[in-house]
Amino acid sequence: MYTAVGLGLIVIGAGLGIGLVGKGAMEAMGRQPEVLSKIQTAMIIAAALVEGVALFAIVLAWLVS
Amino acid sequence: MQRFYTIILLLAFILTSFAAYAENEGEKKNKEGDFDPLEMIMHHISDSHNWHIVSFKNKEGKDVDIAIPLPVILIHDGSVHIFMSSDFHHGEAVVQKGDQYFKLYHDKVYLTDASGKINLNSEGVPENAKPFDLSITRNVASMWMSVLIMLALFIPAARKYRGKPSMPTGMQSLMEPIILFVRDDIVIEQIGEKKADRFMPYIMTIFFFIWINNLIGMVPIFPGGSNVSGNIAFTGILAVFTFLLTNVFGTKSYWKDIFATPGVPIPVRAILIPIEFVSIFTKPFALMVRLFANITAGHIVLLSLTSLIFVLKTIYISPVSIGMSLFMDMLELLVGLLQAYIFALLSALFIGMAVNDEEEH
Repeated sequence: MYTAVGLGLIVIGAGLGIGLVGKGAMEAMGRQPEVLSKIQTAMIIAAALVEGVALFAIVLAWLVS
Repeated sequence: MQRFYTIILLLAFILTSFAAYAENEGEKKNKEGDFDPLEMIMHHISDSHNWHIVSFKNKEGKDVDIAIPLPVILIHDGSVHIFMSSDFHHGEAVVQKGDQYFKLYHDKVYLTDASGKINLNSEGVPENAKPFDLSITRNVASMWMSVLIMLALFIPAARKYRGKPSMPTGMQSLMEPIILFVRDDIVIEQIGEKKADRFMPYIMTIFFFIWINNLIGMVPIFPGGSNVSGNIAFTGILAVFTFLLTNVFGTKSYWKDIFATPGVPIPVRAILIPIEFVSIFTKPFALMVRLFANITAGHIVLLSLTSLIFVLKTIYISPVSIGMSLFMDMLELLVGLLQAYIFALLSALFIGMAVNDEEEH
């Protein structure tokens, strides 16, 4: 049961993180559309790193349960 | 160009002509034919010794499974046993080779006695010894198929670049924009103009290999249906390649950043060095888990939506189920490309950080 709660918390954290990354990227793209492709790449890298942390937590949750 | 399509067609014929018809005499193992979605899903996302096509009940009410048997290669006590997986009769028969007996249990091969008894311990895990299994399983066969697809796509395209430069035609005009995208937006962007050529073949191979395997996984009927890029061994090996490239070609300044971070006081280094050292391993580990988890999760969601019809036992849920499946299918097509892109991009990023001496500030 604790695993399920933990997984829920992981998803909340990862969702917030990726959401903030997307928000920041969109604001930056709105301000400077000329560097759109660079911002996109940086956004995907940042989102992937946030996701990586979430996946670690999920794997650990599996191992602990 | 024509030759490759001929070879693929031929292989498809040879493989399908092996299709074995096996009739299950006995009743189903599940009591009263209860549908177990978890078992169905686990069976579909894990590897298997035969390539299942379809199961149905024939006129006499017998269950018929049609599957393509694949070669089983086992090594035990220094002897090699090769036979077709149809000898297992879908896990019901014991195969005797020499004085050894093999039996399938949940798609894994175990050594048994003549009666084929599998001893389960208190947790339901078999205690029987396992032979060393080098079989051509469904995932391996599917991987070979994607290798053939890649050859069929790239060799005709590559031939066009021999001789005089001309307008792109045929396969070349399909592949050129994608190849240029990988080169300009992934490799040169992350590794830099100077060393891009050295790592370009690797990044491009993993990009297309992952993408094609993801797409094959999305095909629900026979030549697809395997879960290659959702297999942790597959993603693990790709991550190991990136790990090796990063560390073998890592420059002096890459190692210096890890073990003697410049501009940091000695006491802080005591904390930083373990963190930096662990991050050598966590980067490829995250690559491995990301691809595995994304693709497997997609397969599980799709199969769960299909299971909905059979769990609720009503046909009226099927419009919901089919509609949601269609939506998820479209999403997974995007995820398949996105995950291939992310894997290639992060690999290029890690390699670029390791092989470039001076950081451009």
